[in-house]
Amino acid sequence: MKRSNAPVFWALFGAGGMLSALIAPMLVFITGIAVPTGFLLPADAMSYERMLRFAHNGFAKLALLAVVSLFLWHGGLRMYHSLHHLGFHTGAGSKLVIHGISLLGTVAAAWALLTIGF
Amino acid sequence: MTESVRTIAIECLRYNPETDEAPHYQTYDVPFTDDMSVLEGLQYIKDELDGSLTFRWSCRMAICGSCGSMVNGVPQLSCHTFLRNYYPGKVRIEPLNHFPILRDLAIDQTDFVRNKLPAIKPYLIAKEDKTLAQGEFLQTPGEMHKYYHYSECINCLLCYAACPQYGLNPEFAGPAAIALMHRYNADSRDAGRAERMQLGNSDEGVWGCTLVGYCSEVCPKGVDPAHAINQNKVASTVDYFLRFLTPHGGK
Amino acid sequence: MSQVRTYTRPMAGWWRKNPYFVKYMIREASAPLFYAYALWLLAGLVALARGEAAYNTWRSASSHPLSILLHAVVVVFAIYHTWTWFRVLPKTTPDIDVQPRVLVAAGVAVAVVCCAALFAFAWWATR
Repeated sequence: MKRSNAPVFWALFGAGGMLSALIAPMLVFITGIAVPTGFLLPADAMSYERMLRFAHNGFAKLALLAVVSLFLWHGGLRMYHSLHHLGFHTGAGSKLVIHGISLLGTVAAAWALLTIGF
Repeated sequence: MTESVRTIAIECLRYNPETDEAPHYQTYDVPFTDDMSVLEGLQYIKDELDGSLTFRWSCRMAICGSCGSMVNGVPQLSCHTFLRNYYPGKVRIEPLNHFPILRDLAIDQTDFVRNKLPAIKPYLIAKEDKTLAQGEFLQTPGEMHKYYHYSECINCLLCYAACPQYGLNPEFAGPAAIALMHRYNADSRDAGRAERMQLGNSDEGVWGCTLVGYCSEVCPKGVDPAHAINQNKVASTVDYFLRFLTPHGGK
Repeated sequence: MSQVRTYTRPMAGWWRKNPYFVKYMIREASAPLFYAYALWLLAGLVALARGEAAYNTWRSASSHPLSILLHAVVVVFAIYHTWTWFRVLPKTTPDIDVQPRVLVAAGVAVAVVCCAALFAFAWWATR
């Protein structure tokens, strides 16, 4: 019986699931509703200057990387299983695309955060 | 006290492999009283209305695991659910989902009995065999409590009918098999975990599960297979990453 | 004994036939939404790295009514995800002597505290 490599993806799925369970409702509300509409938080809270200053911080970088990367790994594995549930034939190809995007997203986020500098 | 006799419509899936291309449904009007189970409704049909209706049953008290079927789309033991709960609606009875239909309400259980059950080695594998003279294996109540409810499985297969992953991929070991695997792994007298986890750690083992959780919902004995499988996902993950550190590759 | 012919029922549409499965699929439906949100944030990060003009394009897109609406949908599913995540969490723990509903309540409570802390942080950082 071949040992499954699922643990790698499941561990990432679990980390992303826990992170999103703890903060996603508020995070999505803040970045996607509150700030853009100026409701409860100032509309310039995510201005270029403020976000640049925020992203210069080492802890902020880690937090941003964690959110982007783990949300991708979490959503990705679940999407892969959902495709299977819906009757699509899921194999190595779908795994490559879905997890590939998660990996590229992680790398891209790390690159962007490093480019922004300290 | 005379009870006014009510009638309930019981619609059964019919399939005769010798004459039918595909299943069809047949409805029977069954007089019933409040104490009648769905099984007794089926027995009434067979005794009084249509002797050709085929279904499995035995103990009538939810311990033998024979009478599993889909009652209005939900896996149930037909002896364990009552006609009064469906009246005045119709009761639709079909064979357990995800298994091939042998005839009428009887399914082909071969995959579970011949493949799944033996594969998980459902017996104690002791570290060293003891002779009778050496005495019995000792176990504290606390040690027994660790695996006891997982040992209550009656192999009724309701959990397989509830599991869409098994329906989509019959290679998946499935809820009852993995729960039983855990029952032995968790038994203090057993030393066979590594052997069983060859299957457990594979895609057909615990990793075939996506925690739908319906198996534990339908289990008539409270075995909670979902818990057995998913706590072993954590164990399997820890083992996966730590196996390079320990000489024997984990427990 | 000769092979008996059996009938195998198709799986198509399985999840629509039972309310339990419908709720399960709704739970799973949060996945593409988190995926999309992460990619949206990533777009913002990349824009931030590329400079003010690029970032302001992303920022104005974020103010578009469609973006607000989509984020609202994600918030609804995120709340459902938080609830269902902690509801199944007891199934992943070893057999411990804690009632599942205590674990669920604790998890949801921690989530509420984390969300409140996140808002408090955003409030303080932008006052």
